[in-house]
Amino acid sequence: MTIEPSAPSARLYPQATPGASARRIWGLVLRYWYVMRSSWPRTAELVYWPLVQMLTWGFLQNYLNNTTSVAGRAAGLFIGAVLLWDILVRSQLGFAVAFLEEVWSRNLGHLMMSPLRPFELVAALVIVSFTKLSIAMVPVTIMAYWFFGYNLLGLGIAFAVFFANLVFTSWAIALVSTGVVLRWGLGAESFAWLIVFALLPLCCVYYPVATLPVWLQAVALALPPTYVFEGLRAIVLNGVLDVKLMVEAFLLNILYFAGGYATFAYYLQSARVNGTLVQMGE
Amino acid sequence: MQRRIEVADPMPTRPIERSSVPVAVEGLTKVYGTVRAVDGISFVLAPGTITALLGGNGAGKTTTISMLMGLVLPTSGVARIFGADMARERHTVLHRMNFESPYVDVPMRLTVRQNLEVFGRLYGVRDLRDVIPAVAERMRLTELLDRPYGKLSAGQKTRVSLAKALINEPEVLLLDEPTASLDPDTADWIRGEIEAYRDARRATVVLASHNMGEVERLADRVIMMEKGRIIADDTPEGLIRSFGRANLEEVFLAIARRTGDVNAKP
Repeated sequence: MTIEPSAPSARLYPQATPGASARRIWGLVLRYWYVMRSSWPRTAELVYWPLVQMLTWGFLQNYLNNTTSVAGRAAGLFIGAVLLWDILVRSQLGFAVAFLEEVWSRNLGHLMMSPLRPFELVAALVIVSFTKLSIAMVPVTIMAYWFFGYNLLGLGIAFAVFFANLVFTSWAIALVSTGVVLRWGLGAESFAWLIVFALLPLCCVYYPVATLPVWLQAVALALPPTYVFEGLRAIVLNGVLDVKLMVEAFLLNILYFAGGYATFAYYLQSARVNGTLVQMGE
Repeated sequence: MQRRIEVADPMPTRPIERSSVPVAVEGLTKVYGTVRAVDGISFVLAPGTITALLGGNGAGKTTTISMLMGLVLPTSGVARIFGADMARERHTVLHRMNFESPYVDVPMRLTVRQNLEVFGRLYGVRDLRDVIPAVAERMRLTELLDRPYGKLSAGQKTRVSLAKALINEPEVLLLDEPTASLDPDTADWIRGEIEAYRDARRATVVLASHNMGEVERLADRVIMMEKGRIIADDTPEGLIRSFGRANLEEVFLAIARRTGDVNAKP
């Protein structure tokens, strides 16, 4: 019998082009956007915790301002620190929860057998994380100014540097946590939720690095967010942005992000070896 | 101009231009710990054919299909789609294939239209504004396009899943029990659509099903698996004849209960 070979559908765009990659990334971003749009409680939840945190620390700051001048000066750091901390947390959760949506909805199998490449999945999650972070932090930042007269954007260029460093760290952490879920399934889901909070005591959000025991200071200085919070204190207390510290943080972040992506790719491959990718999709 | 290739019906008996072969499996093996889920199977599928993978639970069908999609890596051997090794080069051909299973959902909160749009973009489909209504009409989903997927009945969900699987007009279509949970009338209509799609697109369809009537109607070829191995490979009529049974269901039962000639080989 003679059979003609088949050919790819004329319905399809060329696949191996940057445009095709952008279309796939946009397709996945749309998927999360539609989910967000379909549920106002989800959107409200994005703002809820940062708002509660900001109000709590803002009122504490007001209280300390009215007691002692030294504590009050230090307390001025709290609201800035809590807003920056929330950037780290919300960005990491924005990435990880978007990924978990795929596992919860049993859609991972469809995604993984579509032409979507792993780096495109990561790019889409980064965009979604950034979008969710903006939805969460813009109103909270405005309200911090409205309630307490604290202007986070008043940090100027330092805020942009802090922000960039924090989101890169958050994405690196999220890559590791989603990789762990890929490999071990929903049994490891809590890891994705909780891992970022391990940084709270270590990266010295509310106190200087010198407060830690000497051996733990080395650990703290290996974490890029530590440089951000030290930098915030330097600006508020001394009015100086230590550029060297920020460059060090940025270099560390490059290492962390590369390590995070390598971990994600390793666990994805491991899930293909162990068959867990299929189990999660079914 | 397209090259012509020679294949025997239903199985090729001579070398074929590698990149023209829709599905080629060589010595495919998957071992989980001490369990050989798939044990050194080989087959080649021709364009424009429907091949049923049959076997009881744990026979290795799902693992085989997963390796065809590149979702599971083989321990040894190779699964090729249009010549691409699915363990290493799957992204060169994934746009030419698709998959449907009632056991893998699409996002529940998205409407049918939104789901088809998302998957259309993932597969790089042009003119989605025209394609989505056309695919929806084909799957009788026009009235449901703006309803959330999660609020559909099981049968409607299956049709959405099929619409998703056809959105890129795949040349290789993998179907895992495509009519499970459908009423007999809808199931019969879906079978007709699968046949029509195979004929119109000359698609290579791999079908995993426990419905022997469905397999008899649709399949040009049946690959029976047990404990990860192929124990029979023939046309449905050939299997029925060689086992001396009245229909495929009896052949399946004979193999499962070991009352038939289990050594029958194609």
